[in-house]
Amino acid sequence: MDFSFTEEQSMLRDTVASYLADHYSFEQRRDALKTEAGWRPAVWKAFAEELGILGAPFSEELGGLGGGSTDNMVVMEEFGKTLVVEPYLGTVVIGGGFLKHSGYSGAADIIAQIIAGTTTIAFAAAEPQARYSWQDLKTTAKKDGSGYLLNGAKAVVIGAPWASHLIVTARTGGAQRDAQGVSVFIVDKSAKGVTTRDYPTVDGFRASEVTFENVSLPAEALIGSEGAGLPLVEKVIDEAIVATCAEACGVLRRLHEGTLEYTKQRKQFGQPISQFQVLQHRMVDMFIQLEQSISMTYMANIKLADSDVERAKGVSAAKVQIGKACKFVGQNAIQLHGGMGMTDEMAIGHYFKRATMIEGAFGSTDHHLARYEGLSLGKAA
Amino acid sequence: MDLDFSPEDAAFREEARAFIAENYPKALREKQARGEDLGKEDFLSWHRILASKGWSAPSWPKEFGGTEWTPTQKYIWSEEQARADTIGILPFGVAMLAPVIYTFGTQEQKEKFLPGIRDGKVWWCQGYSEPGAGSDLASLKCKAERFTGDDGKEYYLVNGQKTWTTLGQHADWGFFLVRTDPDAKPQAGISFLLIDMKSPGIEVRRITTLEGGHEVNDVFLDNVKVPVENRIFHENQGWTCAKALLAHERSGIAGVARSKRGLERVREIASTELSDTGGPLLQDPFFKRKVAELEIDLTALEFTELRTLAGEQSGKGPGLESSILKIKGTEIQQRLHELALEAVGHYGAPYLRDLGHNANIGPGYADGLAGDYFNGRKTSIYGGSNEIQRNIIAKMVLGL
Repeated sequence: MDFSFTEEQSMLRDTVASYLADHYSFEQRRDALKTEAGWRPAVWKAFAEELGILGAPFSEELGGLGGGSTDNMVVMEEFGKTLVVEPYLGTVVIGGGFLKHSGYSGAADIIAQIIAGTTTIAFAAAEPQARYSWQDLKTTAKKDGSGYLLNGAKAVVIGAPWASHLIVTARTGGAQRDAQGVSVFIVDKSAKGVTTRDYPTVDGFRASEVTFENVSLPAEALIGSEGAGLPLVEKVIDEAIVATCAEACGVLRRLHEGTLEYTKQRKQFGQPISQFQVLQHRMVDMFIQLEQSISMTYMANIKLADSDVERAKGVSAAKVQIGKACKFVGQNAIQLHGGMGMTDEMAIGHYFKRATMIEGAFGSTDHHLARYEGLSLGKAA
Repeated sequence: MDLDFSPEDAAFREEARAFIAENYPKALREKQARGEDLGKEDFLSWHRILASKGWSAPSWPKEFGGTEWTPTQKYIWSEEQARADTIGILPFGVAMLAPVIYTFGTQEQKEKFLPGIRDGKVWWCQGYSEPGAGSDLASLKCKAERFTGDDGKEYYLVNGQKTWTTLGQHADWGFFLVRTDPDAKPQAGISFLLIDMKSPGIEVRRITTLEGGHEVNDVFLDNVKVPVENRIFHENQGWTCAKALLAHERSGIAGVARSKRGLERVREIASTELSDTGGPLLQDPFFKRKVAELEIDLTALEFTELRTLAGEQSGKGPGLESSILKIKGTEIQQRLHELALEAVGHYGAPYLRDLGHNANIGPGYADGLAGDYFNGRKTSIYGGSNEIQRNIIAKMVLGL
């Protein structure tokens, strides 16, 4: 049994942390979010060229650092600590995940562009009617000669304004909610018929409503096998959830630390408020939630290599823990900061907002409880 | 023991409902529907309409313009307002300051200040909290020193900082707690002053809250000259006024009628939103259970409030039980925010404040729900945090 990180992973953590310490202060982040673009391409370029982290989970023969999901976890936890918005999750974890696992013929080329920082990807899966079901698809890709014609609409596609490409789930057969008939495509965002409506999100990211109107896709846009894409989608989303859980651990650490620090220096009734037992117990409960979240994230990361059912169970269990922790730790961090926690000026509220959005990311706590229940009773994922 | 409404109560409900339907400003309703931030005149327009009907200060004694409604009528009135989604009358003047003035003020002060409060002519703000005095309000430092002016009249010179002053950006006047005796025990050296916000030396500075809104402010007082006749009650006995005011601040805080309406809205949203399996979200077993639990908790709060009201009717003031109403009322409001945000799934994420409210991203009812959830965290902090309320119950009710 071993929960330690390799020397390479520890170095990766230090590299990311020290770069972010210099370039990603709360003020630097705030200024960047206010710009029209809402992110910093220069930071992305540094991730690619200076730090080399965009190749973290890719094999050396693909030009990467030879790591895997644990390396994604390391990067994402550091990103959580500083509330990084740049699209590592969409591009490297999700985009990279689809390319790696699908046997896609063009994978090597696109992965090389990801590692170089020239291709950025957003994941266009959710639809307005579908809530957290990934197989509820009104978007269709109909055979058109050797290629496809893509039509439909996708909801709240995080990172789409910054993306060069979209990975899109669409129906090539079956009825709206069937497990069969789901296919995955990579779409150039500048393709004719793709329109985006861009907006900021409450936690500082940018997203788009994306519509496809008779977008003509070549045959090579298909990732994986036609009509049988759902297991691939589930697998990659599970990897994205583990990465998001790791990000949440970073966010939760900051919420907890920030609260300890604040209550130690805030004096009322002639003493630091950290001396009040009722607040001490609250901070202990926050700490327990944080520790349990770290444990569950490691567990789920290990389960990523397991069978589909075990993987899905482990990931959903972790997401349930993370969702509960984000709510409890986030709300109490604000409560213990009092009025100061309510201000835009203090970082703590921004961590709370991110924690709140993570609660619903890739499925709410209820969604994952139901998924876990279904799997425990022997139903398919 | 019964819950029956008398024929008079039923008639009153009809009258209240009809009055709102006929008189609520259309422009205000439209602004609310679009989710726009309300300005000073928006807040005051409904207040003034109610004042002309004589209904702007239901809880006041009749001689100052109160309605002498029974607690049941007040309950009906709050229900009808919530039902019609009206804005409320802001609490600072009518609910918080006025009881202090008519309980502790001089005849002159009553005549000077109460009509403007009642009629919605003067906007009041609260100067209580300071950066170093929140839960421990009695440790406040803003100081007021007495001096004789060139005109031979007595004044206070006020210096210090107040914070979390809600809607202070619109205020004409403010009520302030200031330290007039730095050597006395904390509670014994405080006075209650009314200050004209246009006085030289006052600066109101915006605090942006985490959802992006402008609701609260810092107020800086630099050598502000305040006539001594603007002090309520005796010098150094302002804490008595402050305590009375905080009890009133808490008594309206349960917000049962508004929460009932909020619950209805959650049901509406969850009837439209679909669950993962395609049916209405409201039929999802997990979601349905949370709605049911919340409804049961709200019923418990409602009956606790009704018992308090009945106690008030038999002559007891808003008692220490009001801390229960504050704790449970705010927790329920916060859970409603959680549930509404959860109901809209992905569409909780868009931040449309800067895009204007006609952005048409996702369903219209989703707009601002995350902001409401974030902003709503204040309710367990303000008006004496819920931790302080539990201390009050432990000490004053349980005698621990």
